[in-house]
Amino acid sequence: MKRVQFSHPLLPYMLLLPQLAIVAVFFLWPAGEAIRASFYLEDPFGFGSTFVGLENFSDILTNAEYMRTAWFTLFYTVIVAFFSLSIALLLAVKADAVIHGSATYRTLLMWVYAIAPPVAGLVGIMLFDLHVGPMRDFLAHFGWDMKVGVNYWDTAFVMAIIAVWKQIPVNFIFFLSGLQGVPKSIQEAAAIDCRSGTRRFWSVTFPLLAPTGFFLLIINITYALFDTFGIIDIVLKGEPGNNPITLVYKVYVDGFRGNDLGGSSAQSVILMVLVFALTIVQFRMIERRVHYS
Amino acid sequence: MAKIKLDDIRKVYAGGVEAVKGVSIDIEDGEFIVLVGPSGCGKSTLLRMVAGLEAITSGTAQIGARTVNDVEPADRDIAMVFQNYALYPHMSVYNNMAYGLKNRGTAKAEIESRVREAARILEIEDYLDRKPRALSGGQRQRVAMGRAIVRDPAAFLFDEPLSNLDAKLRVQMRIEIKKLQKSLGTTSIYVTHDQLEAMTLADRLVVLNGGQVEQIGAPIDVYEKPASTFVASFIGSPAMNLLALQKQGQSWQLQEGEGLEIELDVAAEEITLGVRPEDLHIIPQGQTSHGVLTAHLIVSAVEPVGAESYVHGTLGNGGPEVILRAPGKAQFAIGSKLDVTATPDKLHLFDGNTGKRMEITPMRVVA
Repeated sequence: MKRVQFSHPLLPYMLLLPQLAIVAVFFLWPAGEAIRASFYLEDPFGFGSTFVGLENFSDILTNAEYMRTAWFTLFYTVIVAFFSLSIALLLAVKADAVIHGSATYRTLLMWVYAIAPPVAGLVGIMLFDLHVGPMRDFLAHFGWDMKVGVNYWDTAFVMAIIAVWKQIPVNFIFFLSGLQGVPKSIQEAAAIDCRSGTRRFWSVTFPLLAPTGFFLLIINITYALFDTFGIIDIVLKGEPGNNPITLVYKVYVDGFRGNDLGGSSAQSVILMVLVFALTIVQFRMIERRVHYS
Repeated sequence: MAKIKLDDIRKVYAGGVEAVKGVSIDIEDGEFIVLVGPSGCGKSTLLRMVAGLEAITSGTAQIGARTVNDVEPADRDIAMVFQNYALYPHMSVYNNMAYGLKNRGTAKAEIESRVREAARILEIEDYLDRKPRALSGGQRQRVAMGRAIVRDPAAFLFDEPLSNLDAKLRVQMRIEIKKLQKSLGTTSIYVTHDQLEAMTLADRLVVLNGGQVEQIGAPIDVYEKPASTFVASFIGSPAMNLLALQKQGQSWQLQEGEGLEIELDVAAEEITLGVRPEDLHIIPQGQTSHGVLTAHLIVSAVEPVGAESYVHGTLGNGGPEVILRAPGKAQFAIGSKLDVTATPDKLHLFDGNTGKRMEITPMRVVA
């Protein structure tokens, strides 16, 4: 191990200070506040708080509404991550095989990336609108009377579609560069060893994409869990009612709409633990499964 | 095992670049053919067309009795060894070798015995469970060979398989490839830009230049009777001395400079004279020439390589440079003058315009 010598023993700490300050102010302090608040019952009008121990947590975990949201979040994350990864992979494989005009295809496929999530949500809402949505009219031809904002699963469907649509370009770019990183001679060797293109893809190309794939899996799970907030808010027009929401959105609704700061903080703490566990699991898996030549 | 017949094969790329311009070769069953030429001569493209990795623009390729122009690479019954080995990095050595057999539905026990046998021949039995990244360059090369031989294909295709190895290993693997090919008797096409590799491996050489065949023949025939100035300068190291001559009255003169005396009976205006470095002999002091050619050489550099020395010199004053091979122990002073000669049967004549070989024997020398 190479050791760098500093002239002054405090210098390295000084150099780290700005970064540490940012971590402290924007992560450690709020996280600490959330943990503290999760043990208190806050007065909704800010007139003091009462220590209630783990009551906030037991309330949450025995709450049927919370559990329903948790299950929906899991379902939503799996669906969004699966479809945005698989569709992006399919598009990347096809775009990789295109010889003429490949730059045009790639640009078109990456375009959506430039759209902000709330705008994507708005576009989606317009497409599926109860009165003017062309997609709704289209699906009505097949007998699907879609009622976004009214029907639970219809709303979930639109939320998932928009989230997937928004995430595909990111995945596409990564998969495409991953595919172009697979040495041509290995693909040729495989072409001589295996007649079936599909089988070749799953036995040679796909395993070589594993590093890209695992990285994107983390990104996509995080995206579906947290970054879909804007899309969900737009689709629900800020009025969740009986519609599906994710855990992150519930933290916001309970904390800022319901003024239950203690309960909302406890929910944040649970999410924090979840993310922490997820990170550990994923990095363990990556270390074990990913191989480079 | 099969014959391979290439008939007027052409490759034209989308941009209009013609990489291979009508190549025809008949390869016998079990023959070791080496395609050799400088980079960009179309040798790799030709091999890849036989493998099915590049489409054939026109002409036909036959492996065995079958025309394979439109046959998928996997169905051509060939195995290929790539320059960078192209091993599957996520598979063990065993699975790298077994992959092609598994995909062809070979029985598990059969795969096992074939892989073990190939590993035994190539001495890589101890590495079967390793991933390619845990192997050295030479070991990877063996695995790439193993992947080809377990398939027991109609033909082996080698695309510069030794060029990523260091010099010592390259010589060792070259011998092993030759032995292996002879013992298996599998028809092989081998691409290289290294003329020494080409000479030592080939049953027959195919010298390619600019997408066309310059010469096909046994290595020694190509060496002794090069069909063109290109072949003459490409095969053999140091390269053959080539001197441009023009007719002046009844005698032939160097186009540039002086220092060469020769009399030839050739009906042409311009010719190129070729002499291999080992065929130029130094005339000892006080003796006169007895060959058809006498040259006066000013030594400009000497490269001793041990068993012999390569003596570089200019003909006359500022004429073209020539190289001759002298015994390793001989001493030469830079700037000293040497008289050299060559016997008629060791001279090569090429047409000055086309560069093609002319079968005319030089008649006599001017003293």
